Amino acid sequence: MHFQGVTASLPSPRDASAASAHKLFSFRRTGAIAGNTFRDLVRQKVFYFMIVFALILIGMSLFLVTLSFQGQLQTLMDVSLGAMSVFSMFLAILSTAMLLPKDMEDRTLYTILAKPVARFEYLLGKLCGVAAMLTVAMVLMTAFFSAVLFVWQERELARIEAEHPVAEAAQAEAAGKAQPGVSADLAQKRDLELKKLREMTFTPTLFGGIAVILLRAMIVAGLTLMVSAFSTSWLFTVIVTFMVVLIGFLVPVARDVWQGQAGIGNELPGYLKLFLAGVTVFCPDMQIFNVVDDIAAGAVVSSQMFMQTAALGFGYLAVYVFAAYLFFAWREL
Amino acid sequence: MMKGRILGLVVILVWGIIRLPIETRIAAQQKANRFGGFKLTATLRQQAGQAGFIAVLGGLRAAVADLLWIRAHVAWQKTQWGKMKLLFDVCTSLQPRRVMFWDNAAWHMAWNASVHALNDKAHVPEPVERWRNQQQYFKLGEDYMLRGIENNPDSWELYDRLGWFYRDKIGDKLKSALAYEEASKRPGRLDYVRRQAAIQLSEVPGREEEAFRKLLALYNEGEKEWLPTLLKKIQLLERKLKIPQNERVYIPPEDRLPPE
Repeated sequence: MHFQGVTASLPSPRDASAASAHKLFSFRRTGAIAGNTFRDLVRQKVFYFMIVFALILIGMSLFLVTLSFQGQLQTLMDVSLGAMSVFSMFLAILSTAMLLPKDMEDRTLYTILAKPVARFEYLLGKLCGVAAMLTVAMVLMTAFFSAVLFVWQERELARIEAEHPVAEAAQAEAAGKAQPGVSADLAQKRDLELKKLREMTFTPTLFGGIAVILLRAMIVAGLTLMVSAFSTSWLFTVIVTFMVVLIGFLVPVARDVWQGQAGIGNELPGYLKLFLAGVTVFCPDMQIFNVVDDIAAGAVVSSQMFMQTAALGFGYLAVYVFAAYLFFAWREL
Repeated sequence: MMKGRILGLVVILVWGIIRLPIETRIAAQQKANRFGGFKLTATLRQQAGQAGFIAVLGGLRAAVADLLWIRAHVAWQKTQWGKMKLLFDVCTSLQPRRVMFWDNAAWHMAWNASVHALNDKAHVPEPVERWRNQQQYFKLGEDYMLRGIENNPDSWELYDRLGWFYRDKIGDKLKSALAYEEASKRPGRLDYVRRQAAIQLSEVPGREEEAFRKLLALYNEGEKEWLPTLLKKIQLLERKLKIPQNERVYIPPEDRLPPE
């Protein structure tokens, strides 16, 4: 009986071989590496330093608001979103650049790759860990920004109400002390101001813009990982990535001139055209993901435009991970 | 190792070629939606400084524009009109979608700087020169409004400001009426712009009949539109156009003009 029970609980030889067969790609392994990377990054001081710095800057925007004589809420949004935009990129570059060198220095990389873990899984896991950390950072910054914006919005709403005393105007009108129609005009003006204020603060477009900031930070992380896959020092990775990102913001200019859209393309010498083509093809177009400045100014982005931008962003991520794998696959460790 | 590097570069190159038409299309769509319409100019480089210029490139365009706007405010307090103009140029080129930048830049040039230029006897003793300077500031103000409209064609505020400018500063009632008319077609506009379009047109020689029709249309919307100026203009035009007494509109006794 005893033997029968044991035999019954044992998997068949066929099942056992299926279970132990090594899969080329496993979400579990990638997830485990991503989880460890996330934990490692969260424990690093640089994460807290950057988050605190970004939060201070968002808080500082309140001070800047008092200096601005008009469009205070706009200033608050511009500075806060700018801080989120820049710090998410810094965070992406600095945290990703240190991943591979740190694992090599700790010898963790050799322990992991000695196990049946593909190099692609390792890289993808690392990137997913960074992406999770960036998401957490962005959620924290967004929550803080929303709180500050909400407080300021309430203040502005109260100011608008106070500056448009519709009830008093109606009373004065009824008493013949004010021109007829004053209260109606005042009410219309107040409603317009309130509508404008509400339309520029907590809108789906604003949060869509923040999602694009996060996506851009992930692309930057992917780019950093790719550079890191062939570089030998983290400093080199940081400098090269910064340069590429900075050039990336000028890619639309290079592309327009190269394609002759800026009106001077035809007069350019061949070598310059070749250079501009190289910049356009090899550097990512960071301006496409720079929609938040216009969103803060009140522009509305269609969902189609958001979807296109997101699809392009994920395309960048996929290509950077694959290129990173190619650089890393043949690398002698 | 070299094989990996070459393959990696090939992948990036192929991706660059694939994404080129996609990015060109998205960029064109963004341009059509007036996204990222800012221009990197030499003035921007001068005014923002090296750090500011890099900040602009690094995604702090709006924040840099706000900081320069504060500097423009300081320049206003010191009545440094030339510096203000340079800073306004930078702010408006960094954030062409901010209506407030265009509106205020126009107001400072066409109203404040122009008045200062006309009264600046200490620096410009010749009245003709002062008048000429004033006209130049008018031109600058008008230019901000027109460029602002070009970048924000849906803004009723800028057309409203333009109508106000032509009415009070240039004295061109026709241009003023046309600007108010344009403002009245834009979403979110206040009701007075429609009244202004008709009222300004009523003062343009040869356009009285058209103006009368517009004023009448407003009058027929009900008592909420029976404002003193509108009623006065209707009566004046009725007299000018020689409308028979029995065809004239009802005017409340307190708003009636004295008999001719």
